Amino acid sequence: MDLLEGELEQIQSDTGAILQHHGTKRQELIPIIQEVQEKMGYVPKPAMQLIAEALKIPEVDVYGVTTFYNQFRMNPPGKHQIKVCMGTACHMMGGHIVLDCFERRLEIKEGETTPDREFSLERVACVGCCALAPVVDVDKKIEAKVSPIRVDGILLTYDIEKQEQEKKAKLEEEQKEGEEKGGQVE
Amino acid sequence: MSSKVNITIDGEQYQVPAGENLLWAALDCGVYIPHLCSIREKERSDASCRLCFVEIEGIPNPVTSCTQEVREGMVVKTRTPLVDRLVKTGFELLLSDHKLRCGKCPKNRQCELQKIAKERKLKLKLTRLRPLLTEEEPVDDSAKTFIYDPNRCILCGQCIWVDHHKVEAGAIGFINRGFDRKMGTFGDVSLAESICTQCGECVKVCPVGALTFKVEEVEKG
Repeated sequence: MDLLEGELEQIQSDTGAILQHHGTKRQELIPIIQEVQEKMGYVPKPAMQLIAEALKIPEVDVYGVTTFYNQFRMNPPGKHQIKVCMGTACHMMGGHIVLDCFERRLEIKEGETTPDREFSLERVACVGCCALAPVVDVDKKIEAKVSPIRVDGILLTYDIEKQEQEKKAKLEEEQKEGEEKGGQVE
Repeated sequence: MSSKVNITIDGEQYQVPAGENLLWAALDCGVYIPHLCSIREKERSDASCRLCFVEIEGIPNPVTSCTQEVREGMVVKTRTPLVDRLVKTGFELLLSDHKLRCGKCPKNRQCELQKIAKERKLKLKLTRLRPLLTEEEPVDDSAKTFIYDPNRCILCGQCIWVDHHKVEAGAIGFINRGFDRKMGTFGDVSLAESICTQCGECVKVCPVGALTFKVEEVEKG
């Protein structure tokens, strides 16, 4: 995942602030990573390097701990968060097919974020509505009985939404420009 | 002179230095106990390979010998039905996630797994279990002098210990979890792209064909 402009500085200052109120013992490692994730929504690699430096442990050890625990995200959360349920009922009803569909359509793997940061894909253990299996949680809205066709539908909705927003923004801009020009003529 | 203690291994009397680890004491006396993860200089063994089981009189169940300190009058049995069963299962589990194909392996005939199989008359083939259906990881040949094949790695952790404590490079470590767990670098980049100094110390300690020098291949080919 490439960092956006100015993001590196932000990560460094945030991580530095978090490190300041922690000790330098190895036992502080997980609390620090947790706090970094809470602050930024994920654990960026530059932050891991800073943590390793502060605790005087190899950076690969920090990376190992972060990749070991499911609670830690390695990629920034997307604008739209897609969570595919992989609980028992959803799994039996083809949850993995749905996940596969999302992976192919978005061209990312589970746990990753699209390069434009529009979508992030995750698997969850159970959403709590097994009667509607297979379930997908899109931005905290539950999609019931999802089929591969519905996957296309969900993504299409966001595509159209995005296009409309862009159109609207364009129109507004044009209107503004028109008004300004009109004012000049008068 | 450091004090010695008397222990009995498989009916034979031995005199070993006090405070010694049972596994290494037995190996010094010429008694072979299978082992992969134990490192002599390491203070506390991981006991993660589950192969160095022995039965000690007074302890109801078999124990890993690498975590036992020798005691005066200790009576140890290295081969009992219970021990053999544990070692057999442990060995099979190791093989289930190990690319076998010994004929093509550069470590063929010098492999620790082959040695254990020969000593304990175990099969280098999966019979009870099925091999894992995970996809094969790409082989990393980016380093100048050696090759890293993650599919042959048995996760003993010897290379990582050497990297952290002897070379102090801190380039490699265990990453990911479960079936995806492997020896890797920060950010899972290739060894050449990482801070690895390519000293080759980790290659020397690898008991299997996961880390091998490139020269050997040229000589054989």
